[in-house]
Parts: sequence; structure tokens; C-alpha cells
Amino acid sequence: MSESYDRGRIEDFGRWTEFSAGMWAWIFHKFTGWILIGYLFTHIAVLSTSLQGASVYTNTLHGLESILLVRFLEVGLLAVAVFHILNGVRLLFVDLGLGLEQQDKSFYASLVLTGAIVVASVPTFLGGAL
Amino acid sequence: MAERYSSFESGTTLWFLQRATAAFLVVVLAFHFFNLHFVTHAAEITFQGSQVRMQSLGYFITMVLFLVTAAFHGVNGIYNALINAGLDGAQKRAAQLVLGVASLLLVVQGIRVATTLAGF
Repeated sequence: MSESYDRGRIEDFGRWTEFSAGMWAWIFHKFTGWILIGYLFTHIAVLSTSLQGASVYTNTLHGLESILLVRFLEVGLLAVAVFHILNGVRLLFVDLGLGLEQQDKSFYASLVLTGAIVVASVPTFLGGAL
Repeated sequence: MAERYSSFESGTTLWFLQRATAAFLVVVLAFHFFNLHFVTHAAEITFQGSQVRMQSLGYFITMVLFLVTAAFHGVNGIYNALINAGLDGAQKRAAQLVLGVASLLLVVQGIRVATTLAGF
């Protein structure tokens, strides 16, 4: 059984030194969520070049992928997506009332696993661009 | 006892849909990233390759569902973040309108892209 909890206004970032692991998880989840929805609009805009013809679509994607900065941004996007997925799974368990006592440890595990997956993926994402 | 806090009013339809779409997106977002970065590298994507994938009905339906659920989950997440920040009254109504129209345009444009790639 859960209880209501007055956590104060998390948007008052002047309180950041008081934030617990759960509050940092909340902030990171919102932050990565904002990036992902922003990216979704950008992604559909780029893919919309398909409406102008096959060569425009292919040339646009190849042109973007030839830019080193875009490859690094994709690594950043991977980090954001992986954290949002892993913390999302954590939140689904929390909502089901499972692992509430370990919710801080599962947040740290999400961070560590995100870091490991992103580092292991760097060669794939930068392959051919360096 | 562990405390529990959420931006959502627990038990509402939007609360449930946010979690139902999350469960779907966890799997499909991971699949999408893996498929288009590790199986097929992003730098090797071509119109013809995308067309072959999209002409598979299962893939096409999965991608359209991915678009619809991601648009809902993302826009509903933004809406709840704004409500959590204290949005109310006319501002809340304006946010509903702007976010609703934006997500509708996103889904319509995404489906146009999907049908073009599939050659339908």
C-alpha cells in the first residue's frame, strides 16, 4: 500500500542539494523525455524527404551520416533513449509496487547500465566516420 | 515505508495509457534502435532498403503503432510536466489544444512517410 508524500516542488531547483536518488531519477526521466519527443518531430521531418523522391531521401540520410557531429549526436540520443527505457522499466515496476525498497539502487543500476551500453556502442555509431 | 510520488493522478485513463504505451515502447524503441544501427547501420540506409522493410505488413503496422504510441506518450508526458509546473485555466486549455494539434500533425505526416516508403 502506498502513502501520499509531500515532496515539495521539484521544479524549485534551488533545492537540488536536497534531492534524493528518486528525485534525480524523476528529473532525468523528464529531461530525456523532452529530448526524445523533440527528436521524434525532427526524425519525421527528416524522413519526410521520402515524399520528394527516393534519391532525395537517400542523399539526405547519407549526407547527415557523413557529418561527424551527427554521429556524436546519435551516441547522445542512444544514451538518452537507453536511460529512458531502463528507468521506464524501473518506473513500471514501481507502479506495480515491486522493488519499492530498492528504487534508489535500481536508479543507479539504470545509470551504470546506460553508460556501459553507450560505451560499447560507440565503435558501431562512429564506424566509417572517423 | 517507501514513499511514492508521480506527476499523474493515479488510476485515470491517461495514467493507464501512459503506462500501457510505455510497456509497448520499451520493446519497440529498443528494437528500432537495434535494427537501424546494429543490424542495418544508419549510414547504409537507402530508400530501397527502407521500402523493403516497410513492405512487410507486420513491420509497417509495428512502425505505425510505434509512431502513434510514441506521439501520445511524449505529448502526454509534456502535458503532465506542464500541469506539474502549475499550468491551469486558459493556459491549460491552450496547452491541450497546441499539443493535441501538434501530435495529430506528427501522426498524419508520419503515416504519409510510412505509406510513401511502403509504396502504398
